[in-house]
Amino acid sequence: MALHSAQKGRLIAVIGDEDTCTGFVLGGIGEIDKNRRPNFLVVDKNTSVPEIEDVFKSFVSRDDIAIILINQSFAEMIRHAIDKHTEPIPAVLEIPSKEAPYDASKDSILRRAKGMFSAEDFR
Amino acid sequence: MSDKINVFPSRMALTIMKARLKGAQKGHSLLKKKADALTLRFRNILKKIIETKMLMGDVMKTASFSLAEAKFATGDLNHMILQNVTKAQIKVKSKKENVAGVNLPIFEHYQDGADTYELTGLSRGGQQIDRLKKNYAKAIQLLVELASLQTSFVTLDEVIKITNRRVNAIEHVIIPRIERTLSYISTELDEREREEFYRLKKVQEKKKALRKIKEDKKAEEKAAGQFIESSNLLAEDYDEDLLFTD
Repeated sequence: MALHSAQKGRLIAVIGDEDTCTGFVLGGIGEIDKNRRPNFLVVDKNTSVPEIEDVFKSFVSRDDIAIILINQSFAEMIRHAIDKHTEPIPAVLEIPSKEAPYDASKDSILRRAKGMFSAEDFR
Repeated sequence: MSDKINVFPSRMALTIMKARLKGAQKGHSLLKKKADALTLRFRNILKKIIETKMLMGDVMKTASFSLAEAKFATGDLNHMILQNVTKAQIKVKSKKENVAGVNLPIFEHYQDGADTYELTGLSRGGQQIDRLKKNYAKAIQLLVELASLQTSFVTLDEVIKITNRRVNAIEHVIIPRIERTLSYISTELDEREREEFYRLKKVQEKKKALRKIKEDKKAEEKAAGQFIESSNLLAEDYDEDLLFTD
């Protein structure tokens, strides 16, 4: 069952604040392709919501990205775009940022899973 | 009652419908089994996702904390790192796993190429940066795992929905329709049988009456002494039309 994507390694993209991006890039996931497009977006206070959304959409449409990590606080801003993305690949993962701890009740996936599990499973 | 398959009510159609009913029931039980197997898997994955997500909180906390440590030791290193991006060192491979005929993608991360940041923190805070790298590498590993769980979750969710829809369609639409068709065919066949029976009765009645008239006539002729017994039964070549007289 050798798939096209199995041969080629795919990337992990990050949308997050400066510290999150720094950490993951240092962890070794950062890449700038031939067209000088990075696979991460540093969101600061000057970044507008449509900008985040555009970058998110471009990450979704790129076929060399398998996983998109996004800070939950920014995921909240473009929730409609994330909810609209229903394909399994790329997988969108919401991660906690430094300022905001992880809130399971906001997660798109866990919200879908809600009702299948009782409350104590979330603890 | 109105919704049934459009067939001519014959005995052959009845057999065909019976076979179809049997097939539908078999398919229903198989699909139900598939749905059960998928749901089992789905629940396991869901449990793992919740566990991993909770674990992720801790791992991310440690990672952020070590970033703060490294910053304290080296000063602001964000720009240096974000500007020096070239090629990804950790990449993701996707494999497929087969669960009850459903392909679930599984991500696997692997190292590719040399560390771009080998010399970062050479002057100051090398140890902290090393720890920072390790912590984030651990976080990435966990997140990749989580991503594959989540992808499986989404895929399975979709497939389970489709399977349940099929199960319900067979149970509540297809099987009742076939059953209605079957009962329609059998009532129609019964009706036809009754008609046939009635017709035979009618024919018999008529024949009886005609015979009576004939016999009466014969008796009359006999009484008058003019009757000649026919020697051969088969010689009587005229057969009167019974059904369509008057």
